[in-house]
Amino acid sequence: MLCFHVCAGEIFELKAELNSDKKEKKKEAVKKVIASMTVGKDVSALFPDVVNCMQTDNLELKKLVYLYLMNYAKSQPDMAIMAVNTFVKDCEDPNPLIRALAVRTMGCIRVDKITEYLCEPLRKCLKDEDPYVRKTAAVCVAKLHDINAQLVEDQGFLDTLKDLISDSNPMVVANAVAALSEIAESHPNSNLLDLNPQSINKLLTALNECTEWGQIFILDCLANYAPRDDRESQSICERVTPRLSHANSAVVLSAVKVLMKFMEMLPKDLDYYGTLLKKLAPPLVTLLSAEPELQYVALRNINLIVQKRPEILKHEMKVFFVKYNDPIYVKLEKLDIMIRLASQANIAQVLAELKEYATEVDVDFVRKAVRAIGRCAIKVEQSAERCVSTLLDLIQTKVNYVVQEAIVVIKDIFRKYPNKYESVIATLCENLDSLDEPEARAAMIWIVGEYAERIDNADELLESFLEGFHDESTQVQLQLLTAIVKLFLKKPTETQELVQQVLSLATQDSDNPDLRDRGYIYWRLLSTDPVAAKEVVLAEKPLISEETDLIEPTLLEELICHIGTLASVYHKPPSAFVEGSRGVMHKRLPARTGSLVSVIPSHTLSFFLGGDIGGSAAMGAGFGAVPAVMPASLNAPMGGGLGDLFDLGGGVGMPLGAYIPPKTVWLPAMKAKGLEISGTFARRAGVIQMELTLTNKAMSVMTDFAIQFNRNSFGLAPAGPLQVLSPLSPNQTIEVSLPLSTVGPVMKMEPLNNLQVAVKNNIDVFYFSCQYPISMLFVEDGKMERQVFLATWKDIPNENESQFQIKDCHLNSDAASNKLQASNIFTIAKRTVEGQDMLYMSIKLSNGIWVLAELRVQTGNPNYTISVKCRAPEVSQCVFQCCEAVLKN
Amino acid sequence: MIHSLFLVNPSGDIFLEKHWKSVVSRSVCDYFLEAREKALDPEDVPPVISTPHHYLISIYRDKLFFLSVIQTEVPPLFVIEFLHRVAEMIQDYFGECSETVIKDNVVMVYELLEEMLDNGFPLATESNVLKEMIRPPTILRSVVNTLTGSSNVGDKLPTGQLSTIPWRRAGVKYTNNEAYFDVVEEIDAILDRTGTTVFAEIQGVVEACVKLSGMPDLTLSFMNPRLLDDVSFHPCVRYKRWESERVLSFIPPDGNFTLMTYHVNAQNLVAIPVYVKHSINFFESGSGGRLDLTVGPKQTMGKTVEGVLVTVHMPKTVLSVSLNATQGSYTYDNATKVLVWDIGKLNPQKLPNLRGSLSLQTGAPKPEENPSLNIDLKIQQLAISGLKVNRLDMFGEKYKPFKGVKYITKAGKFQVRM
Repeated sequence: MLCFHVCAGEIFELKAELNSDKKEKKKEAVKKVIASMTVGKDVSALFPDVVNCMQTDNLELKKLVYLYLMNYAKSQPDMAIMAVNTFVKDCEDPNPLIRALAVRTMGCIRVDKITEYLCEPLRKCLKDEDPYVRKTAAVCVAKLHDINAQLVEDQGFLDTLKDLISDSNPMVVANAVAALSEIAESHPNSNLLDLNPQSINKLLTALNECTEWGQIFILDCLANYAPRDDRESQSICERVTPRLSHANSAVVLSAVKVLMKFMEMLPKDLDYYGTLLKKLAPPLVTLLSAEPELQYVALRNINLIVQKRPEILKHEMKVFFVKYNDPIYVKLEKLDIMIRLASQANIAQVLAELKEYATEVDVDFVRKAVRAIGRCAIKVEQSAERCVSTLLDLIQTKVNYVVQEAIVVIKDIFRKYPNKYESVIATLCENLDSLDEPEARAAMIWIVGEYAERIDNADELLESFLEGFHDESTQVQLQLLTAIVKLFLKKPTETQELVQQVLSLATQDSDNPDLRDRGYIYWRLLSTDPVAAKEVVLAEKPLISEETDLIEPTLLEELICHIGTLASVYHKPPSAFVEGSRGVMHKRLPARTGSLVSVIPSHTLSFFLGGDIGGSAAMGAGFGAVPAVMPASLNAPMGGGLGDLFDLGGGVGMPLGAYIPPKTVWLPAMKAKGLEISGTFARRAGVIQMELTLTNKAMSVMTDFAIQFNRNSFGLAPAGPLQVLSPLSPNQTIEVSLPLSTVGPVMKMEPLNNLQVAVKNNIDVFYFSCQYPISMLFVEDGKMERQVFLATWKDIPNENESQFQIKDCHLNSDAASNKLQASNIFTIAKRTVEGQDMLYMSIKLSNGIWVLAELRVQTGNPNYTISVKCRAPEVSQCVFQCCEAVLKN
Repeated sequence: MIHSLFLVNPSGDIFLEKHWKSVVSRSVCDYFLEAREKALDPEDVPPVISTPHHYLISIYRDKLFFLSVIQTEVPPLFVIEFLHRVAEMIQDYFGECSETVIKDNVVMVYELLEEMLDNGFPLATESNVLKEMIRPPTILRSVVNTLTGSSNVGDKLPTGQLSTIPWRRAGVKYTNNEAYFDVVEEIDAILDRTGTTVFAEIQGVVEACVKLSGMPDLTLSFMNPRLLDDVSFHPCVRYKRWESERVLSFIPPDGNFTLMTYHVNAQNLVAIPVYVKHSINFFESGSGGRLDLTVGPKQTMGKTVEGVLVTVHMPKTVLSVSLNATQGSYTYDNATKVLVWDIGKLNPQKLPNLRGSLSLQTGAPKPEENPSLNIDLKIQQLAISGLKVNRLDMFGEKYKPFKGVKYITKAGKFQVRM
């Protein structure tokens, strides 16, 4: 990035002009300064000169100076204070525009000293007679809250803001709602927006009269309301429906959210329910004729809507047809929705389109179109035959990437319709040599292994892959291993040598633990009981279905409640990715009154079984299915090994309390003129707390306590003042608990968990440092998805791995897992190999760093081994110390 | 809410930044520039990008990227709508939206941005409110300002800011009172190889230019309003009247605005005004091929089709073309592989034809992908859906305004597969 500096001469010249007596010259100079600022040049050196221009009755000049102030006040806090008087005076100006401007600008100056002076003017402006001032002041409360939340609460501004929801002016109402919503985001459990039928009525009235942006805030707020019954629900829907015809697409989508959510409560046989369904389609279609960026967001949301209520858009397939000049991101989304809407009624049309797309220029798009044909075959049984022949046509084009995609999807079609289309295998085999992508190679190998008995030269084909075994990707290696074992079980006489070869390649020459493990299991299976091996490996596989592409229903419900938000664009719950949303509440669709339908799907289970081991869900490849069909007799000779291997449930025991180290003396009385401080750290319900014991060992009373931290590795900072309310008399001891936040300034410390603290009282300021257990930074949502865990573990380079010993620990692995879980160290999976339990664990730190760990526990051996892997290897040591401390206490 | 805005030109330079909360370092744009590098075309940059600490939401408009930075959960459509509003504001104030214009007026743009958002919340986005706060530049005004020392910044609270009709300012006066409405329809269509319609719809818009004194209350009715499948209105339109009587009743903003947009997607109502006879062949040997195009009128309701422009995206291996056009002229851009044939007016008696040979890169195989053909056209005095304005009435004011309605049909995304 370029760095901009203004040369000294230019600064000097501007300085002279700013101090000119001529008004016009002054204004032009300030304009030049602003112009430099907007392009990113640093003109902070002119601060005093610009602020001097502030006292003026020329509004334009005033506004320009304010613009400057907002940008630079933070870097020059002491000088910014010079501006306070003018602000306070302006807040009393007879012109409402000036009053509003002053309070608005003051809120943008993020300097503590200024915010202190802001409180009184703000209080007046919130009750100003002019609604323009009130609406500006409402937003100012949100600004102030961002700078100093405690101050806002102490000053009672939140209550005033709540009162503004009943203001007579709709614009004031809208801004109050917007400000409260923003504040509520950082206080998920506060009932700031406590909605009741009266306030809902006020919001609905304001909705008709406020600006388009205000309508968005109000609609988003309405969406959080839980109507008491279906009648209230219907009446809200009726009043929201006109918003569907708004020209602003954000208003439309927010209205769709409210309707989708409240519809849930309406009885399906109600006439109004049908009317509402019909009303939803046209505005959604219209969104697709807007600018491409709007289309993209609309399409991501429509994707959710068609999964929840396919009936809304089932007749609108054609609007999702891809146009030649759509941007690629729109094309890909449209394709996805086409598949979701595909049905027996429209499949011919869809297939014709997809075939058309498969001959376009854009490679990504062509690939996805080919995949889409496969998904159609799986979704609409009647079309399978036509899909397969279309795919064969495409293979004939010999375009390399088209062929590879086609083979990948044909493999899925085989799994959905076994023994139906195997006649095409010969054609597929012709293209064996042109496959250079791992996924396509793996798919082809799977096909050869699965249908080995029908392919005369299956052994030759597989052998040809074996030559470059070590250069293949893991996916291909695993598939090759399985395929050759299948081949051996089918044609044992000719392929003994081949299977020996692959087993030794997998178990002896490979560094990949997954491959080794799978190799050993096959080896043992084959040598112990070939009949059982046959039953396991060649077991009938469960059919795949299109459901693997669908969003899991509980997540879908949550996402429907978040239509129009970033969550809906990423198809992830907000808690998963929005930074700073501390403990977002999970939203659920309201249940129909009187109905007791549970929504926990049996589908989740198949999702785990299908997806865990093979990579893609459809790639389970005979292996993922094993536990379901494994004969019981097999467990015995294996010593329970296999059973444990697949029991990945992880020990979820009774929650124990998180580990809290005992208090230690941090500041001895001798060093602090009689003040003794001891303390510890704890994490309680997601809040980090510093627990202090203050003892007065001096002869005089101590008052005015305050605390401050130096910058530290994880940005720890007091989230509020130190609550020592009454003076501390001699020989008195009090216990104080100080909540901490992790949003303070960051600086790397040595050791990493070192914290330097300053405590002040009426006598002096004292400094000490202490070390906190890093476990208090482990957040509650630190449980990683298994697939993600596997991928991340592989992804982190090996040099980031460190190994430690934990000695003399007499817990079994389940007890250890429970204990660790209580401190937010989550066990993702557990497996047992040769009497050794391996626990795979994940931890998430408050700053978003993930730490992965493997704990090995050998029965009867009190020494554990822990391997820690993290992208920031410097935390490994601290994490190990914590695990040790947690386990031993 | 919206944290910051960066304006980025196509070569990746950031030429303006505005922060509504704390200052975000411009290095955050690196994530965007990286995505820009990856995309083939500037149009293909994904509009929502996540970075470790922020989300970047961008639009590409008038050859510029408008890139906003957000930190908390904000409806992305809200951000995108706002960014388009910024572009429209610049267009409205300075006559065009380009890097040069913005750089020339950088302080005023900055002042305007400050008026549009407060702490990331929209403050004033209505053009008439903004114009009362900060007056648009005119040569006369800048002369007057220099002489009198007055400024471009209004010091009164704009009247529209708080009224329930924020789109209209009070005290409007004209000597000639007039109201013009343009009904503009665009046909989006995909025709397949045989000329059959795969998909067709009409996007319609009613643009208004209303210069009426005082507080006029207008009613506009159509002969056949049931034709419309979906409508979106300017906030001034009273929705209840439309629901019950299918008339547009409104107090208009002053000047130019979009009164409504609508959508007709019943396939049988969408007339296709032209047909294309086309053949494109490549020789098996792979050295070249032949192209033959003819365009003719189809359902034109007796009107003339004008401004016909045919754009063909050729396969990548087509090196040059040697064609002969019976009407209009053609150009072939070897870099983008786009053939443009500018025909002009269609004469039903003598159909325009373009034919000749294509030459391929030596050694290149016969192209697999099919070229695609896009058509632009214009038909004056016709709304292809058949929509007709019935009457326009004015209430609330005494004078007699001059009224006029114009119709025009254009091709939108009109695509023919070859």
